[in-house]
Amino acid sequence: MSAVLPHAPLSVLSPSPAPVALRLDGVTKRHGAGGDAVVALDTMSFAVKKGEFVCVVGASGCGKSTMLNLVAGLDTPSAGKVTVAGERPALMFQESALFPWLSVEENVAFPLQMQGLSRKARAARVAELLHLVHLDKFAKRRPHELSGGMKQRVALARALAQQAELLLMDEPFAALDAMMRDHLHSELETLWQKTGLTVVFVTHNVREAVRLGDRVLLLSSRPGRLVAEYQVDLDRPRRIESPEVARLARTITDRLLEAARAAA
Amino acid sequence: MPQRELAGDPLARAHLHAVPGGDDGGATGREGHVLIDMPERTEAEDPLRAGLRAAVGDPSHDSPGPGDRPGRGRALWSSAWPKLTAVAMALVVWELVVLSGWRPEYVLPGPGAVLGRLWTDLLAGDIGVAAAITMKRAVIGYAIALVAGVSLGLVLARVKVLRTAAGSLLTGLQTMPSVAWFPLAILLFQLSEAAILAVVVLGAAPSIAIGLLTSTDQVPPLLVRAGKVMGARGFALYRHIIIPAALPGFVAGLKQGWAFAWRSLMAGELLVIIGHAPSIGVRLQFSRELSDAEGLLAWMLVVMLLGVLVDGLVFGALERKIREGRGLTAEHA
Repeated sequence: MSAVLPHAPLSVLSPSPAPVALRLDGVTKRHGAGGDAVVALDTMSFAVKKGEFVCVVGASGCGKSTMLNLVAGLDTPSAGKVTVAGERPALMFQESALFPWLSVEENVAFPLQMQGLSRKARAARVAELLHLVHLDKFAKRRPHELSGGMKQRVALARALAQQAELLLMDEPFAALDAMMRDHLHSELETLWQKTGLTVVFVTHNVREAVRLGDRVLLLSSRPGRLVAEYQVDLDRPRRIESPEVARLARTITDRLLEAARAAA
Repeated sequence: MPQRELAGDPLARAHLHAVPGGDDGGATGREGHVLIDMPERTEAEDPLRAGLRAAVGDPSHDSPGPGDRPGRGRALWSSAWPKLTAVAMALVVWELVVLSGWRPEYVLPGPGAVLGRLWTDLLAGDIGVAAAITMKRAVIGYAIALVAGVSLGLVLARVKVLRTAAGSLLTGLQTMPSVAWFPLAILLFQLSEAAILAVVVLGAAPSIAIGLLTSTDQVPPLLVRAGKVMGARGFALYRHIIIPAALPGFVAGLKQGWAFAWRSLMAGELLVIIGHAPSIGVRLQFSRELSDAEGLLAWMLVVMLLGVLVDGLVFGALERKIREGRGLTAEHA
């Protein structure tokens, strides 16, 4: 971690620090003003290395969504600084948020269209992305014709189309059944390995976090504070029901409950 | 990062362990659903999937698609027969009332006589001439109302203060029966086309503006957020997200605007008689003055038919197209 601290000494002889995809420096977010102000995030600092898969867990009210909004540039912090490498990050939600008036391929093409790509360039890229999420055959379908899992895969393809270095995911699989979730975990892991993306994955499911993350950040509630972080040194691909995942998940859950008791 | 270089395919592993029962309660009875979502792979690669495919059926045939819908002719007939039956029943009731002798036939003629009259007037060209005059007014009035309503709606949607100030005024305008405008319109414009058009516009524009406002209000914030994240800001956000998302509600407003325009127009043509233009309203009025009950009822049918035709062919078709594209139609709607 020392490599990403702002005041870390930088020796010529030491290997260059891993490039950072996202950095939060003392970020605070207050909603409202004066005496009614609610602190959603309290002096939060952390960094995510390029290509890292970081999961953020916490009970409701821990400011997960606020944090994602700040990182996505949809909101500005009350204090502190958010630094994002590259262009605007891509963001995936719990609901697919596909545009119902567009076909699957038009949805995936949308960010490319916003970037001003030609129709021809868009078509080639969209075909590639739909192939990546195994939905080639469904290019002409409308979102309402797809199941929940397929919709989330289209949303993933659309997020990847943005060519962002950083992919933010806001409980993207929370609305799916357990089996579909397992399946999409594998798919996401494969895609992440193929593309070298940096992923920040917010969830309230601790096992999911351990299943996916290189690192798990634990936030406390009201105000949202970074209370602990866990390095997940388990081989991939992992299985969500494996004892190693379960063991670490239990440790994190215990710490989470402790934080919740302290807040109450 | 050597741990990322994988020997096997995690996908195959994931569903190999997931399919046979699993340890999750939610997994039972979902095989068909899950199969649809599985990536396509050959059965040689994956015998388990092949077995399941044989047991459950090929998922590519289970998913909904246009190919599954019944034939066009059958669909047309299934939507037409209830309507035809309803019309036939209305005619029967009408005939029964006439047969009961409640009013003499020169005051309330039966459907046979009226439909006969409708046919001869149609052949004589009277109906064509009158419908042309009336529809021209309707189209001009509605076009002005459309421009006015959309402009007003957009301005109010953009400027919050104006909306607070003018919102209730707009609702007041919408609920006011448009006939009540005629005395003022006649004072201002005399007995002229302008008087009729003014009232048609006043009748339709508020509905169109309100339709636009409520439909943009109801755009899901999540879609707006998604659009912003992908780089749609300012005008692009309106063009690519807010307008298409608001379209179904906006078309409903357009349709209601048409209904108001048509009512206002009929009231206008009855009150503002312009002699050299034998519109539908003028023909109705003349039929009454000549105590020509057959003609009166025939012209009333023309008014009804035109209203239904425009509503169904223009707005109904537009609404259906939008709703179908988004999966908003109920089965067998």
